Amino acid sequence: MDNDQIIYDVAVIGAGVVGAAIARELSRYDLQCVLLEAGPDVGIGTSKANTAVWHTGFDAKPGTLEARLLRRSYALLQEYVPEAGIPAEYLGAVLVAWTKDQQDALPGLLERAHQNGVTDVRRLSRDEVYELEPNLNQGALGGLYVPGESVLCTYTLPLALATQAVLNDVTLKLNHPVRDILSEPDGTYVLDGPGGKVRCRYLVNAAGLYSDEIDRLLGHHDFTVVPRRGELIVFDKMARSLVNHILLPVPTAVSKGVLISPTVYGNVMLGPTAEDLNDKTETSSSAAGLRLLWQKGEAILPRLLDEEVTAVYAGLRAATEHADYQIRLHAAQRYVCVGGIRSTGVSSCLGIAEYVVELLGEAGLPLSPRKEFRPVRMPYIGEAGTRPYQSPEMIATNPDYGRVICYCERVTLGEILDALHAVIPARTLDGLKRRTRVLHGRCQGFHCHAAVAAVLARETGQSMGQVLMLEDGDDA
Amino acid sequence: MTPDHCAVLIVGAGPAGLAAALELKRLGVTDVRVVEREEEAGGIPRICHHTGFGMRDLRRLYTGPAYARHYVRRAEMAGIEIHTSTAVTGWAGPTTLTLTSPRGVNQIQAQAILLATGCRERPRSARLIPGSRPQGIFTTGSLQRFVYQYGQRVGRRAVVVGAELVSLSALLTLAHARIPVAAMVTEFPHHQIYFPYLPVKWWLADLMLRVPLITRAQVSRIIGRQRVEAVEISHLDSGQTEAIACDTVVFTGDWIPEHELARLGNIVIDPATRGPRVDTCLRTSVRGVFAAGNLLRGAETADSAALEGRYAARCIRSFLEQGTWPDHVLPLQVEAPIAWISPNAVVVSEDRLGLGGFVFRVSEFCQGAKVRVYQGDRVMHTQMFRRLLPNRSAHLGDDWLAAVRPDGEALRVTLG
Repeated sequence: MDNDQIIYDVAVIGAGVVGAAIARELSRYDLQCVLLEAGPDVGIGTSKANTAVWHTGFDAKPGTLEARLLRRSYALLQEYVPEAGIPAEYLGAVLVAWTKDQQDALPGLLERAHQNGVTDVRRLSRDEVYELEPNLNQGALGGLYVPGESVLCTYTLPLALATQAVLNDVTLKLNHPVRDILSEPDGTYVLDGPGGKVRCRYLVNAAGLYSDEIDRLLGHHDFTVVPRRGELIVFDKMARSLVNHILLPVPTAVSKGVLISPTVYGNVMLGPTAEDLNDKTETSSSAAGLRLLWQKGEAILPRLLDEEVTAVYAGLRAATEHADYQIRLHAAQRYVCVGGIRSTGVSSCLGIAEYVVELLGEAGLPLSPRKEFRPVRMPYIGEAGTRPYQSPEMIATNPDYGRVICYCERVTLGEILDALHAVIPARTLDGLKRRTRVLHGRCQGFHCHAAVAAVLARETGQSMGQVLMLEDGDDA
Repeated sequence: MTPDHCAVLIVGAGPAGLAAALELKRLGVTDVRVVEREEEAGGIPRICHHTGFGMRDLRRLYTGPAYARHYVRRAEMAGIEIHTSTAVTGWAGPTTLTLTSPRGVNQIQAQAILLATGCRERPRSARLIPGSRPQGIFTTGSLQRFVYQYGQRVGRRAVVVGAELVSLSALLTLAHARIPVAAMVTEFPHHQIYFPYLPVKWWLADLMLRVPLITRAQVSRIIGRQRVEAVEISHLDSGQTEAIACDTVVFTGDWIPEHELARLGNIVIDPATRGPRVDTCLRTSVRGVFAAGNLLRGAETADSAALEGRYAARCIRSFLEQGTWPDHVLPLQVEAPIAWISPNAVVVSEDRLGLGGFVFRVSEFCQGAKVRVYQGDRVMHTQMFRRLLPNRSAHLGDDWLAAVRPDGEALRVTLG
């Protein structure tokens, strides 16, 4: 436990993609900021377990804050993604209508897209749908083409944002949950928790699934977060050639529905389900959920199911009783609440960050730009560009980039060592997985589990037992 | 990039790849290269520290590591080039491969390529077992590496999923690491472990007696946040579930050939084995590319893989000498409950298989089974089997091959 003596100008609670983006945005200014994360790593809540679709916001409800911020964020991400080296593929989406009702909903969706300023969306005839997606099941009636919908790496994005924030002098505190918030007579807040106390003048709540609980600590009862579970199945890379675009269903009130999408790692993803739960930690997959996805997959792209499954996972979206984002400035409290981001945080994070900093400025936070805003460049882990194992130049500078450790994902020892010594280093197997793709592939560790665990243990001074989460870390 | 050249490039320095390299050398083929992605040659036997290796190919029993060492040493003595830490990442031409190693990225063009990339066990995710994703989930392969290569006791109480020959390796590995086994679970009504060689039978039987075997059951859920805390078992007949406390789950068997390199080269895959479709000379659908070993159909014992490698070497040599390649093959299709057959294509007018027949497996226990090969409606071959077990291979004779008619009617293998 460390009790930090600094009085930070701003504390951001939650280092998911939204909190990390806010911290990064704040780091442009001459401020002392702290980013507090309850978990052991950046971006490990809703940010990591979602569809990885980078939405244009074409189907958002026009006039909402979500629609506006998605639109703004889309433009900002278009610059940031290549600049920071975030794996992304500009695939475009095909929204497929399978029933008369869905077909009838298309004109409305098209109009909505145009209202949202996504003007390149257009109708597709039945034949055009099959031309774009020849492996689609029979029975499609028509569709919409949304050229701007893309996929990106939801591991790299929050890491890039948080890394850049740290490079620009934001303090990152991991394993630092906030349990209590005290207002001091001098107008500062003391954020208290098992990780220690932190003092600040301004406060941003980007606690995702827990944002309602933080909001209540500050005396507000504006919304309640309902964890909405989404289960997903990732298919083997051998399935990648079956699908060219993101295959979207016609959206319903509850969810965007089950989609099939290529991933930036060269796999194909099927999901998510949408199921409201009570437990904010329930990220298990369920037999019923997997059965449902299997049926949906069979209905959309039957040949997909002939391929091996590489991974199954589940994530929780922070849904609320409200349809729109719950972003509110409580100026007198010098506090901005960022709640109810549901499933669109990856796409809207930069727009949200810009807006939140604007609100903080309105509340009196002095925003004078720093002399230098350092850029960030992340290790590239996508499938579309050149990775170290493919680069004679990189291997020539360091032979470890030619030493493939994870055969399925072709991750080299050099990349693993980089991730273990990064600005925000990996400390667990899962952390390594997110930074490098190691253990992420079809064999799920048959070949490299032990080798990777050994490197992690050696480089971080842990025992193998600790790496494998055997409670007392004894490895007998 | 200008490729290097060699006569034969072998991908994989396991039993099949090394046995093939040695046989090629013995047959006088020079310029044979073996590439291996692991740091050490020898393949999977390196991590199987129990005995039971080498009976049919070397005519004596070795432990896995001794068996691997034997092959590696013989290859070294024969002057065969083995490039370790060298991963094949794709094809740059029909018989040109792209490789990555600490020395860089390069290409090798070969007159003939032998794919001997082996197989892996189907992991938990591919078996679609729901639940959480904690640490403590292994396959036999990953467990063996932790225990034998790194000397780790990876858990305190294990559940073993599967009850076939490799599951026995998992039990031996767990015993070596002093990890008690809470249960061994199989969906079949009996275990499918047979003791291949008499000398080891008694002590393996003793080990088996100490492990509670749960038949007709499936692991239906993994429970635990950071580390496995329990598994839920569903009994297939009663529909009842029970939780078994454990911190380690080992998924065994359920093999998938490492066929990805083959598929990247657009080599036809047999739908039943999921390995490359090969004819009776172990030729794939791509001219100059052969396949052998566990890549063909999942794990057989190492000696079978080595014998296949040797046989592939003889086929490769005749290809190098004569340059002939079939234009047309007749695929061998299987009908349930036959799971697969290997080789799985026949070239008309080619004579007997130098492997002493075909291997096949069934997907359920069969008593008094009659296996028939048909071409169209004509019965080509009938063979009786007193008992067939799932996850255990049986041999089918090949004296019918000469009678296959060239008119191209499909070949089917059935069981009645």
